[in-house]
Amino acid sequence: MAITNEGGSAASITTAGVRELEQVAQHAVELALKAGADAAEVLVRDGSELTAKIRKGEPELVQEASSRGLGLRVFKDGRRAVTYTSDLRRASLAAFTAETVTLAALAEPDELNRLPDREELATSYPELDLYDDAVACVDAKWALEQCKRGEAAALAADARVTNSDGATWSRVLGATAFATSGGFVGGYRGSYASFVVEPLCDDPSDPANPKKRNGFWWTADRFLARLDDPEAVGREATRRTVATLGPRKLVTQECPIVFDPECGRSIVGTVFSVANGSAFWRKSTYLIGREGTLVASPLVTIDDDPHILRAPGSRPFDGDGLPTRKNSVVSAGVLESVLCDVYSARKLGRKSTGSAGRGIGGNPGPTTSNLIMRPGATPKADVVKNTARGLYVTSMMGFGFNPVTGDFSRGAQGFWIENGELTYPVSEVTISLNFDELLKRIDLVGDDLDLRSSTACPTFRVSSMMVAGSDE
Amino acid sequence: MPTIVPPPLGAPFAPGGDTAIDATLAQRLLSIALDAGGDYADLYFEYRVTADYSYEDEQVKTVGRGVSLGLGVRVTKGDATGYAYTEDLAWDRMAHAARIAGQIASGGGSAQPVDVAHVAIPDLYTVTTPSLAAPPADKLELLRAADRAARAYDPRITRVEASFVEQIKEVLVVTSDGHLARDVQPLMRFGVRAVAEDGAKRQAGSSGGGGRYGLDYFAQAKKDAASHGAEAARIAIAMFDAQDAPAGEMPVVLAAGDSGILLHEAVGHGLEADFNRKETSNYSGQIGKQVASTLCTVVDDGTVPSSRGSINVDDEGYASKSNTLIENGILVGYMHDRLSAKHYGIKPTGNGRRESFRAMPLPRMTNTELRPGTSDPAEIIASVKRGIFAKRFSGGQVNISNGDFVFSLTESYLIEDGKLTAPLKGVNLIGNGPEVLRRVDMLGSDYELSDGIWTCGKDGQSVPVGVGTPSVRISKITVGGTKA
Repeated sequence: MAITNEGGSAASITTAGVRELEQVAQHAVELALKAGADAAEVLVRDGSELTAKIRKGEPELVQEASSRGLGLRVFKDGRRAVTYTSDLRRASLAAFTAETVTLAALAEPDELNRLPDREELATSYPELDLYDDAVACVDAKWALEQCKRGEAAALAADARVTNSDGATWSRVLGATAFATSGGFVGGYRGSYASFVVEPLCDDPSDPANPKKRNGFWWTADRFLARLDDPEAVGREATRRTVATLGPRKLVTQECPIVFDPECGRSIVGTVFSVANGSAFWRKSTYLIGREGTLVASPLVTIDDDPHILRAPGSRPFDGDGLPTRKNSVVSAGVLESVLCDVYSARKLGRKSTGSAGRGIGGNPGPTTSNLIMRPGATPKADVVKNTARGLYVTSMMGFGFNPVTGDFSRGAQGFWIENGELTYPVSEVTISLNFDELLKRIDLVGDDLDLRSSTACPTFRVSSMMVAGSDE
Repeated sequence: MPTIVPPPLGAPFAPGGDTAIDATLAQRLLSIALDAGGDYADLYFEYRVTADYSYEDEQVKTVGRGVSLGLGVRVTKGDATGYAYTEDLAWDRMAHAARIAGQIASGGGSAQPVDVAHVAIPDLYTVTTPSLAAPPADKLELLRAADRAARAYDPRITRVEASFVEQIKEVLVVTSDGHLARDVQPLMRFGVRAVAEDGAKRQAGSSGGGGRYGLDYFAQAKKDAASHGAEAARIAIAMFDAQDAPAGEMPVVLAAGDSGILLHEAVGHGLEADFNRKETSNYSGQIGKQVASTLCTVVDDGTVPSSRGSINVDDEGYASKSNTLIENGILVGYMHDRLSAKHYGIKPTGNGRRESFRAMPLPRMTNTELRPGTSDPAEIIASVKRGIFAKRFSGGQVNISNGDFVFSLTESYLIEDGKLTAPLKGVNLIGNGPEVLRRVDMLGSDYELSDGIWTCGKDGQSVPVGVGTPSVRISKITVGGTKA
């Protein structure tokens, strides 16, 4: 019997469906040219979602819907306009494209407003195995059953779990098609399933101020069979939640900080926010003029890799229609490349790195695909073992980062490390250090890497940061 | 310049529209939604037209426009919700969405005929000309004026970005318990960001505002485009002198106005009734108890004229209200949506809001305010020996379960011997909601409502909100600087 990955349910996205979407995109491009545009680009997305949630054993929510949208960018006399609509009927599209061309007259000419050069365009692109029809075949009943199992396991794992924020199973299916008057047309489909369990405990440690402690654990993948068992997710969620009971605030001090990968990846994401072409030409980064120089510890290597099979951030072509490629962002501490889309690259007088992302209603801009800080040589467990005293950070809060100066300050929660071991939980402190210095002070990098999310890193340590807490 | 036709501002589901929805059609859809045995259903029709203009490099760079239209159908059975939506208002698509949402209730039942009647709602945003209908050239001139003012402020200003975003959202809510409400909600926002360079040193500043206004917003004092441009430039230049902020516990004085986002995080979210209904908030079971200093009276008021957070009617068809949450330090009430109000056996408070037709409503804040006290604001600063004066913020975040929150300052000053001295680099404050509110020991007489710039996120849904406070002194809070 032949095995197919096609059309197993009403929610399925077929390759024929992707081709149809490409035709819609091409049709809209033609309409825009007919309306007088010098050039046009059209992005069409068609997708569906299913969310099922159980709380305390009972269904709390089932949400199911599909939606589609078309985004159009036109250039006329060097001026540009960007519009979107969810009305894809042929008659409506003609009026919509004509209106967009008229709108462009309001903008002012910019000589960089033109399509990518033809030789830059992707002419073929890799099959990255991003779609699993088994995800499309999940129905609400099955999803609710997973939730029941995961939540029950979380509640059974420890008597201190007294309440629940529920268990949620979700899937997103999507098809993307992109066409330009410069000759590009392409499309692909993707699936993504995720499951999260959120237990809750009463924390009796401060009777004057009753608090609760929440936590969560999750699994996610493009392929259904690669999700962790719901029971395993529930038990891990409980283990993480009860561990935070009875936290203490630290005395204000400087100490080593170990970042758990769950929050360390936000540090890696922050590297991108200052190492992209848009931030460079807008002068919104402290890294201007630092390419080719040491901007981090030699232990730090960060790649952006869009070609990892089945990975959450993989993509066959970028938002400008260029081929995607693996880019080295930081190599042994040296800033190797700044991720660019076509426009930011032109602003900086260089070539795009094939990193354009594009939403339905906006201009393209640099984005990451799978942004990965490479594992180091230190066994994961040894990162904590080799720390005499310090703070192991499991989550951060707030938005305290200034990309122009690098000033970094965020709320933190985690565990105190004493003699190489995690001891009591810590909360209500901030960790601060200029980001330039933070990257340079990374002195231990673990050998672990979890690719569940599109930005990922191993466990790593920063030799010293300021921890603000209480006075005594 | 060619004639630019304004986008059609009337929703297709409005009377006279392409797919006009009247009470009879809505009743038929609600009956389908309840067919499987649900005990409540509602329909949320939404039509949204957005336009945006962005300016940088002394040029109008992009002009954008978007239109979205859809219907969200919700059916509840006990505490369970079924939700579906469609972007196509053809009858069979709407009926399909109603059936999908209705599946939450299995077991069947006899659908009751549904009677609906118009709800009386206030008129809090009397915009004579929506900005979307005003000539685009007027908006481009606002962007240019901001750019000129920022550059004129100081020669070290090397980059200016300005943006104008405008929106009209028309909604029709019909519920199986008989409400039918229509509302047209205008919203505009203006923003300027300036970058200053002095040798290799670089700093940025920003300023903005807006609300449920037309272009009349800019006629208000200090809210014209040039004032925002100059303010963004002032901050960027002032930051050249910024020093490392201290680390540790100390008194903090919050300026009137935007400081309300501390209130929004420290107490607001924890008083949204869904968290309390599920007993996941640290304020669960605290009604009638002292949760803040006796100086504190906190109100969530959706009826402040023209404010970004105001709504004539919430997204469940209930007229917006002013609701007291904390009175002289005592917790007196939560913010409710229909589901939580039913659980507590009270009337909904007009706080059921949603981001769009793609999401179900949740209890959300509108304009959250700390009522003024009697202290002279200058005396509040003068009363602090060593501490921080917080003036501008980039945002905050809270953990609902334990009340811990952070709050990011973008413009702040050291207070030494009762006087403002050095400007400080960006820094976070971290605290615990109830603990910090108990430490409020002085309130100014100078109440101010924030300008319309704040957006609140919860469960992945964003809604526009307002905040307001007088000057506030907190006797002790942890400041997350780098200087020991």
